Amino acid sequence: MLGADAMAKCLEAEGVEAVFGYPGVAICPFFNSMLSNNIDRILVRTEQNAAHAANGYARVSGKAGVCVATSGPGATNLITGIATAYADSIPLVCITGQVDSSLLGSDVFQEADITGAVESFVKYSYLIRKVEDIPRIFKEAFYIASTGRRGPVLIDVPIDIQNSTLNKFKYPEEVNLRTYKPTVKGHAVQIKKVINALSKAKRPIICAGGGVILSGAQKELQEFSHKNNIPVVSTMMGIGVMPTMDPLYFGMVGNNGKSYANRAMNDSDLLVMIGARVADRAVSQPDLVTENTVVIHIDVDPAEIGKNVGPTIPLVGDIKTIFEDLMDKEIDADYSEWIDTLNTYKADVKPRKKPDDKFVDPCEFITRLSQKLDDDCIYVADVGQNQMWSCGYHIVKKGQFLTSGGMGTMGYSIPAAIGARRAAKDRQIVAVCGDGSFQMSMMELATMQQHKLPVKIIIFHNGYLGLVREYQYNTYKGNYSVVDLSGSPDFSILAKAYGIECIVAENMSDIDEKIDEFLRLKEPVIMDVMIDPMYVVK
Amino acid sequence: MNKKVFQLIVDNTSGVLSRISGLFSRRGYNIESITAGVTMDPKFTRITIVTSGDDDILEQIEKQVAKLIDVRSIVELTPENSVYRELLMVKVKADATQRVEISTVVDIFRANIIDVAVDSLIIELIGNQPKIDAFLSMLEGYEIFETARTGIAGLSRGTENISYKENKVDKQL
Repeated sequence: MLGADAMAKCLEAEGVEAVFGYPGVAICPFFNSMLSNNIDRILVRTEQNAAHAANGYARVSGKAGVCVATSGPGATNLITGIATAYADSIPLVCITGQVDSSLLGSDVFQEADITGAVESFVKYSYLIRKVEDIPRIFKEAFYIASTGRRGPVLIDVPIDIQNSTLNKFKYPEEVNLRTYKPTVKGHAVQIKKVINALSKAKRPIICAGGGVILSGAQKELQEFSHKNNIPVVSTMMGIGVMPTMDPLYFGMVGNNGKSYANRAMNDSDLLVMIGARVADRAVSQPDLVTENTVVIHIDVDPAEIGKNVGPTIPLVGDIKTIFEDLMDKEIDADYSEWIDTLNTYKADVKPRKKPDDKFVDPCEFITRLSQKLDDDCIYVADVGQNQMWSCGYHIVKKGQFLTSGGMGTMGYSIPAAIGARRAAKDRQIVAVCGDGSFQMSMMELATMQQHKLPVKIIIFHNGYLGLVREYQYNTYKGNYSVVDLSGSPDFSILAKAYGIECIVAENMSDIDEKIDEFLRLKEPVIMDVMIDPMYVVK
Repeated sequence: MNKKVFQLIVDNTSGVLSRISGLFSRRGYNIESITAGVTMDPKFTRITIVTSGDDDILEQIEKQVAKLIDVRSIVELTPENSVYRELLMVKVKADATQRVEISTVVDIFRANIIDVAVDSLIIELIGNQPKIDAFLSMLEGYEIFETARTGIAGLSRGTENISYKENKVDKQL
């Protein structure tokens, strides 16, 4: 057996269903060995999107996503996708081909020091030097990526290692990592402190982040919140921890969040941060929040605790396990008055400025769309104004909300939706992007068609890089620089070129019919939604 | 700003030092000195890092370093419960008369002259940092050509604070 055969066998042993990748000479032995198994080999159109597709796959399947690229430019093209996964703690195993071991360090054709280049964006990386190490390293890579705080792991495999003979293949059953033992169970003393603090509190609030979803603890969070009548807000990555319409859910916090969610957090006397990093977009002034508030910080990563906000009660462990422990305990408190207050905050929302009615109102559009979506729909938002509108107006029922929160990588939605489709063949999947972010990943329409991984795509089309323009409007008094998207193609014709149906929605007059048609048509289908270019900036 | 000495036991893998120093540089932590050497068990390397920052930063340093997959343990070597040593080599200009004066200072500090040339000396001194600093200040009146300092190595005192026993690793795991 060759090293490359062993790599393919390792993926089989891990139960991998699909790899997203792009070949090149240095990874050809691996792709050749992949011909002898049933794992899908999905050819993306640029390597960055292989990582995004693996990311979408991982978030829907709950298993590590796998992406593969060749040495040099193939590997460096992966970096943005790896950094995106790292920022949102998404488990990926990234496999790169490398030049011959004997040539390493001599700057030969398509050589890049990829393990060095990704050092700050990976949980761990390996450069394989001996063919015998392949089974152990693959086993460790999948284990590290998908335990503790999830994240990407990169394996760089020189071509001569892929072509070397491995006499005996045995995939290890267990990992033996002397230096990596993530904490699962929360400390009993700390759990008791949490319960006591909740019993004493008058105005508690749970702020749930993406960690709750990564731990698969949505159900546990909802049960805990309902059992004890504790209100919940979420960060952007936490959208979907609870149905939007749950009476105890009070929206997304942060500078792009709901005013009543921020007010709830600021007025609370006990803040329970769960699986959230307390980063600047969610909590811009952590010192203010903590001034009069007891902070409980629950996270699987001890380094997150105390990084941006000094907690009164730290609690390290897997969130699902911690909720199971918390559910056993009784909290003696009545928060109904506080919930009433929060409901008055919620009712006290200033009316939103409406755009010109010659165009589609994106917020109203998203509200109506999401009411019509399947209960378990996977909604993938890109980055930009489309993302802000999606966060603000998409109504999650039982589905998932995917977006690039930490890194804010434009072009994420289409490849991530394609990856999500590979993980969920029967669910409704809608990717929502702007005309800027669409053009960053529109080459993946071909991937979608070739591999029969169709999704529904909505393009909010205003001819500008809207969120940057909004920033320039606010910061540079309307001096707009490099945000005009003139020269963009006609998306209907483009869709036709790929053999994809496209619906154009020009204004609100027939929007319900247009949405119904969009949802009725079998995917792939694109909806080109015309947005007032002056909305928000006049 | 406080100063702390951390002792790390890490997997002796290629690139481990760059992973640790890379973490310090990208998060903007200071390294005043870093020394590394293999332990009795060749699977592990002992690294001693002297760093400084306010308490929040020092706490983050400890947690972020602990998080690296290659790091088996990180403990603080506190001044009360530890001993630190550093090696200094200094090349100083010395003609025949200066040689005698300098050797008096060398004797007081229990340093050694390890090389003599017509117009210069190389002195070695092992000690903690205040001792080395004091010695260098005694040489201020002479012309120093070069100094080489190793950065500190340290161990905790007694047997109570041994986080890792070098010849008993496998039993502990």
